[in-house]
Amino acid sequence: MTKLLHHLGLYFIMMKKVISKPKNWSVFRKQLSLEMEKVGLNSVSLVIILSFFVGAVVSIQTSINMSNPLLPSYLVGLASRDSLILEFSPTMISLILAGKVGSSIASELGSMRVTEQIDALEIMGINSASFLILPKVIAAVFFFPFLIIISMGVGMVGAWVGGLSTNITTADFMYGLKYEFTPFYISYAIIKTIFFAFIISTVSAYFGYHTKGGAIAVGKASTTAVVSSSILILLFNYILTDIILS
Amino acid sequence: MIEIQNIEKHFGNNHVLKNVSFLFERGKTNLIIGESGSGKTTLIKVLIGLHKIDSGTVLFDGVDFNAIKTKKQRLLRQEIGMLFQGGALYDYMSVEENIMFPLNMFTKKTDVEKLERVNFCLKRVKLEGKNRLMPSELSGGMTKRVAIARAIVMQPKYLLCDEPNSGLDPKTAIIIDNLIQEITKEYNITTIVNTHDMNSVMEIGENITFINKGEIWWKGNKDELLNSNNKELNDFVFASELFKRLKKV
Repeated sequence: MTKLLHHLGLYFIMMKKVISKPKNWSVFRKQLSLEMEKVGLNSVSLVIILSFFVGAVVSIQTSINMSNPLLPSYLVGLASRDSLILEFSPTMISLILAGKVGSSIASELGSMRVTEQIDALEIMGINSASFLILPKVIAAVFFFPFLIIISMGVGMVGAWVGGLSTNITTADFMYGLKYEFTPFYISYAIIKTIFFAFIISTVSAYFGYHTKGGAIAVGKASTTAVVSSSILILLFNYILTDIILS
Repeated sequence: MIEIQNIEKHFGNNHVLKNVSFLFERGKTNLIIGESGSGKTTLIKVLIGLHKIDSGTVLFDGVDFNAIKTKKQRLLRQEIGMLFQGGALYDYMSVEENIMFPLNMFTKKTDVEKLERVNFCLKRVKLEGKNRLMPSELSGGMTKRVAIARAIVMQPKYLLCDEPNSGLDPKTAIIIDNLIQEITKEYNITTIVNTHDMNSVMEIGENITFINKGEIWWKGNKDELLNSNNKELNDFVFASELFKRLKKV
């Protein structure tokens, strides 16, 4: 418990340093565009591949489990749509991004810490936490919702392809996809994603920024960052779903 | 000049610095020598606030570093150049970008002016034309020289060097030592070099402090060092066979 409070205290002290006006806007913009590429653009292909195949599998499994002739075949499209929008795209993709982006942020900052690059920034009179972490947080919070929207779209294409392999017609699938569609579900998914993006970027940055030791410590920080981010994503998924949907 | 008065520092139960006081003079290379773990690096990090002191005073030309606000500390740090043990160059930036970085952050110079200054500093450390190289492409000596160029690009008033010769061959180490001394004289800055390399001590030691078990045991210059009767100092200085033979001669 004491350890948890210690981490929480350090996390909030770090966040106080992170949320401050950048010293030089042109350098900040350059850093931000670099982070957009690292955190966002470099994850697009992974998100597309994952979403397509998971979408296809969801639709095949739904189709197999709806063998009762009383159940209309358009339900495959409806079930795929809702599971992708409500859970797979925002939560599962965020968990995967916690592994990819979170470990990258923690190991990058951890390496910078153990090679004294962060100390070098401090000596120059730069707020290292703000300079290094703020662009990562903004890039993640800004870009992750786009990744999730891409995931939803590609996931549905995958579901359609999967549906075709189980003899669900395109017309039935499309009907199911549009059937009683609630646009708020998209907003709900994006709200969750913004929270998850903030958790992934700040928690991973926290563990990387506070690395002590050498290469082993960097690896440990990276692992701890992914595990902690994943647990917090699951916890906040429950809390946010309870607050927003019920 | 930098003056430290009665510095105390603990890490848990480990008493790392014990009532340390010293004056680091302007225009001189001030050396802190001592065994590994004696508190040298802690002392240098305490000077610039990377480690908080338990008690004592650190004065930069009369300004108490620990008594001023964080914003003012950051302004003061812009007057400090620091050479880290491993160079601490930013991996994702080229040599030119590394050296230009402080200029981008703190000056309103035009791109042409910044490039001129970078090229001047590269020439000063004898690395002309190496602008486009990445840190991973540099040798140990080149890394240190780029780090020196970055440390002096803002024309600092204070230059702090943490074991500048670690991992370098003796010939390259002498080049780095001489470069540090030349820069100190040229810009009349306060330079502190933290080292356990006796060749460095003999090369540039003008104002030497021997630190042992967190305490200052001896102060003097390189000539006084060779004739000192301080047992701990002699054990440290004449630890190698070469220096033992030199002492006999």
